[in-house]
Amino acid sequence: MPEDLLKIQSVSKNFGGFTALSNVSTEVRAGERFGLIGPNGSGKTTLINCISGTLKNDGGTIIFDGQDLDGMKTHKRTAAGITRTFQIPRPFHSMTIMDNLKIPIEFVSGIGASQREIAEQAMSLLETMGMAGKANEETSGLTQIELRKLELARAIAAKPKLLISDEAMAGLTGNEVDEVLEILIKFNEDGMTIIMIEHIMRAVMQFSQRVICLDAGEVIAEGSPEEIVKDKGVERAYLGV
Amino acid sequence: MVMRYKFEIGCVLFVALAFTITQVDINNFFFFAAFAVLQYVMIATAWNILGGYAGYINFGTAGFLGVGSYTAIGLIQWSDVSIVGQIIAAAFVSGLLGLAIGYFTLRLKGVFFAIATLALAIVLETVVNNWDFVGGAAGISILPPRNPELLGVLIVDRKGGGIFDNNKELLFFLIAFMAIFSVWVARVIEKGKLGRGLNAIKDNEEAAECMGVPTLRLKLIATTISGSLMGAAGGIFPSYLTFIDPPTAFNLEFAINSLAMPMIGGTFTWIGPVVGALLLGTVQQVAIVTISSELNLLIIGVMLVLFVTIAPHGIVGWFMKKK
Repeated sequence: MPEDLLKIQSVSKNFGGFTALSNVSTEVRAGERFGLIGPNGSGKTTLINCISGTLKNDGGTIIFDGQDLDGMKTHKRTAAGITRTFQIPRPFHSMTIMDNLKIPIEFVSGIGASQREIAEQAMSLLETMGMAGKANEETSGLTQIELRKLELARAIAAKPKLLISDEAMAGLTGNEVDEVLEILIKFNEDGMTIIMIEHIMRAVMQFSQRVICLDAGEVIAEGSPEEIVKDKGVERAYLGV
Repeated sequence: MVMRYKFEIGCVLFVALAFTITQVDINNFFFFAAFAVLQYVMIATAWNILGGYAGYINFGTAGFLGVGSYTAIGLIQWSDVSIVGQIIAAAFVSGLLGLAIGYFTLRLKGVFFAIATLALAIVLETVVNNWDFVGGAAGISILPPRNPELLGVLIVDRKGGGIFDNNKELLFFLIAFMAIFSVWVARVIEKGKLGRGLNAIKDNEEAAECMGVPTLRLKLIATTISGSLMGAAGGIFPSYLTFIDPPTAFNLEFAINSLAMPMIGGTFTWIGPVVGALLLGTVQQVAIVTISSELNLLIIGVMLVLFVTIAPHGIVGWFMKKK
């Protein structure tokens, strides 16, 4: 049984009187492909904001790689090995695609490396993502899938232990979904633990080894994809019947 | 090897040229006008480190400049500190101010940061207005020291025994040196890790933080350097004007010019503020002599509107696109 890489213990988060997360506990094992599902507004993004540090959880503890994340700044968490993508891609729009990737390499995974080494690393990642031909283009001309891939590539460039992909496939066609899945599975095989938040059920069920479902800020189900699909609570949360 | 240090060699040549000019017998008005233009090169460059690279619009240029000026005044009142000492102290105090302001206001974004920095200038002006030691609201006159020496060398002597014949030449040389130094600093930042981090902040601060960029630290470094350079430009100001009062030292015109010059020149590279300041600074100096000193801001206003609509990336951006 592999060790837990991420332990989430009774995490809660309120926005004024609204409870976005209440007492959420779960754990993600090292090397695991972990799915996080739930209807809109169920608290998925809030949970990953608390993990990545862009939001501060009001209660509970998050332990990553044996280290309590409480009070740790976002960029320190990135350095510790947690990176994430954003639901709506947020490229550095004044830079080329290549320069976008150089930022996490220069500031996290390749500290102290020469500009040439950094460029080489960025290029090899772009090749893996099938975007090498676009290296020197601006981000404004990118298609939806290219933006999504850039968002993923930038997070992967930091060489995280844990990658959190927040709806990396939203708005993509079937073939494009398969392409992104393939990339994620490849990096998982290389040892990267991945949390996938997704609304495309086919993708998240095919990808995940274990899934939890959030509804109204609470974990309502946890198990293998097969178990989750059959779960009455999950069905009710999604369909409201 | 020579190619690699092309820029640095250019800097040295520029300083040498500035020195040579002071040794030639020309009208003193040239030094007076060129000082104003070069001071703007310095201020615009300093502004751009925070405003252009990191995208934080600072409306408080006058505050940093005024603090620099009044640091120098304070030192003059307290004992006879040399002009170089005044400038260094002004840079130090304004740098500290930048650090403090950065710490308290950088959680504010966009227009809120701009408002906070504007308020800073006004608060500081009020403080100085009520501080008699530095002249208070009535202002203060200062006389340049007669035959100043630095490290035992006679700097200015009207009879021709010193390095410079008069104080205007000395001040021109100093501002030329400081302006080129500021441009060098801005260029080093732009080409380095700090500049790339600041750029990421400008594009998307949250994404930058998530990609491992220590956003708060980089912003504090930028405000400190930017404030410090503005302070140095202010530190030399009282000696240049020989009379200074709060409305002059904390003039809002500095805030507008320091913002308009980089925007017109182009904010994304060090050349932009230099081009903008040389262009607008010269136009303003010519306008002061030929038309009226009140027309300055109108010129800036019209040009700013024109550039924002026609060439949003400034003059430099316009030419780079053409290439």
